[in-house]
Amino acid sequence: MSIAVTTQLICFSILSLIIIIGSLGVVLLESIVYSAFLLGGVFMSVAGLYLLLNASFVAAAQVLVYVGAINVLILFAIMLVNKKEDLKPIKYLNSRKLISSTICITLLSLLIKVDLSNTWIIADPKLSIGEESTIRLGEHLFSDYLLPFEVASVLLLMAMIGAIVLARRDVLSEDISTGLPVDQELIEKSDKPLLIEKK
Amino acid sequence: MTNGLDLEFSFNEALKSFGVPSEVAHIIWLPFPMIIVLVAAVVGVLVTVWLERKISAAAQQRIGPEYAGALGVLQPIADGLKLLVKEDIIPEKADSILFTAGPILVLVPVILSWLIVPFGQNLLISNVGVGIFLWIALSSIQPIGLLMSGYASNNKYSLLGGLRAAAQSISYEIPLALSVLAIVMMTNSLSTVDIVNQQSGAGILSWNIWRQPIGFVIFWICALAECERLPFDLPEAEEELVAGYQTEYAGMKFALFYLGSYINLILSALLVSVLYLGGWGFPIPVETISRVLNIPIETSLIQVITATLGIVMTILKAYLLVFIAILLRWTTPRVRIDQLLDLGWKFLLPISLANLLLTAGLKLALPRFFGG
Repeated sequence: MSIAVTTQLICFSILSLIIIIGSLGVVLLESIVYSAFLLGGVFMSVAGLYLLLNASFVAAAQVLVYVGAINVLILFAIMLVNKKEDLKPIKYLNSRKLISSTICITLLSLLIKVDLSNTWIIADPKLSIGEESTIRLGEHLFSDYLLPFEVASVLLLMAMIGAIVLARRDVLSEDISTGLPVDQELIEKSDKPLLIEKK
Repeated sequence: MTNGLDLEFSFNEALKSFGVPSEVAHIIWLPFPMIIVLVAAVVGVLVTVWLERKISAAAQQRIGPEYAGALGVLQPIADGLKLLVKEDIIPEKADSILFTAGPILVLVPVILSWLIVPFGQNLLISNVGVGIFLWIALSSIQPIGLLMSGYASNNKYSLLGGLRAAAQSISYEIPLALSVLAIVMMTNSLSTVDIVNQQSGAGILSWNIWRQPIGFVIFWICALAECERLPFDLPEAEEELVAGYQTEYAGMKFALFYLGSYINLILSALLVSVLYLGGWGFPIPVETISRVLNIPIETSLIQVITATLGIVMTILKAYLLVFIAILLRWTTPRVRIDQLLDLGWKFLLPISLANLLLTAGLKLALPRFFGG
């Protein structure tokens, strides 16, 4: 075995180990902040796998989009609403855990079965286009994948406008959650006193 | 365009002549550029810290450090040593794992980004194809480290500072990326080496700063905001937030933040010089000089001189920008958070989009000057 192959194997094992342990941590840890940070780690390791597959542009895009945007947004949301409140105990928690873990394990075994029963065609590594893949990706995005690409951008625009409408309550005449008239001024509402009440 | 010095090639050839297989030679070669760049980055930080102290002193009509070494040049080393031997404190109620991981996550992407900074045709760690895009991707990891340390400190000022830092770097990343995109469009490549080569035709006249003046200004503003330098140092605004996400940090962990921010400043300056100021190019192209002096450019002595000149030019341009950044820091007031976000989203973003559109139009209209 040559040095390059050995290095690749070591990198692959480390990365897959991080991905498996990390994603288990994301699901199983009690602390939501730890889960979010571990999710970032998992995204990074997936980017590492892309690098091993010679897809450096996809790897960089993965880091930029998933780690730099999505994960940061998740963290932002968690930290801005980081209230310390006692949640109500969920009924039948143990049986719920049992059911969901059974479903997950069944799905996993199904995937493993598919993996083992299928004969995978491994492409010749000499045919890999490597650095040229950036150009190839661009060509595809602006020719045969043009419609999905543009539709995705329309979808994102819609989501953005929706988010702005939801965030700017003054667009709507009344509050969605309480049904009270909405105002941006400092008018005392029945459910939210302006001054803190004396106890 | 000549290939210039290729140290890796000569090194590998030399090892091969001793009977070392080429793969092993490659592995032996690998650590050298990394260590050199790491040392260069740290030395660069020391120089910048000294400059910062001296220039701030001059701006405030003081003398600044003068006892440690001639003109106080050893002062940054003394600072570093002080931080090194300080007690490493983790607050009792802080989350010790995240508290330790935060500064590392801030520093590592910055150092990794040095991978793509070219000091000459072959004088960079790796000429990766995605080049400048890698830097943009890596710099987007940094906010996670800031959020992590802000959260883990268990201090309201730290949390606010961390949130501000993340918000700031997210909002300034977009105009930054768009102004880089305009350059990439002109170059037809993401590689930093190609970007410099594209500017090397007519010396100072072919630098991107003349073709992308708006992009240059946007990039510089965004780079300053990404480095959290005044006038954009809101995450650590002393009057409001004590020291932001760094409040609870001491000793070497604080030093990592300190190092990270200065390395980031030098990196940004280097990238501005690569993207807009012709990188390692001399104001008059070396080829022209050698033609005038009638010396063949392939001579090894000329090659060494060219390479040295390239390194000197890159560092000179970068430090000129660092000087401007320091001068800005000590002479401008801080913006408010709402002004900062307004500037980023309502001003820089539309302008950088318009700049991109303009570049695309000019590229179609004048392919000779804007890269066909």
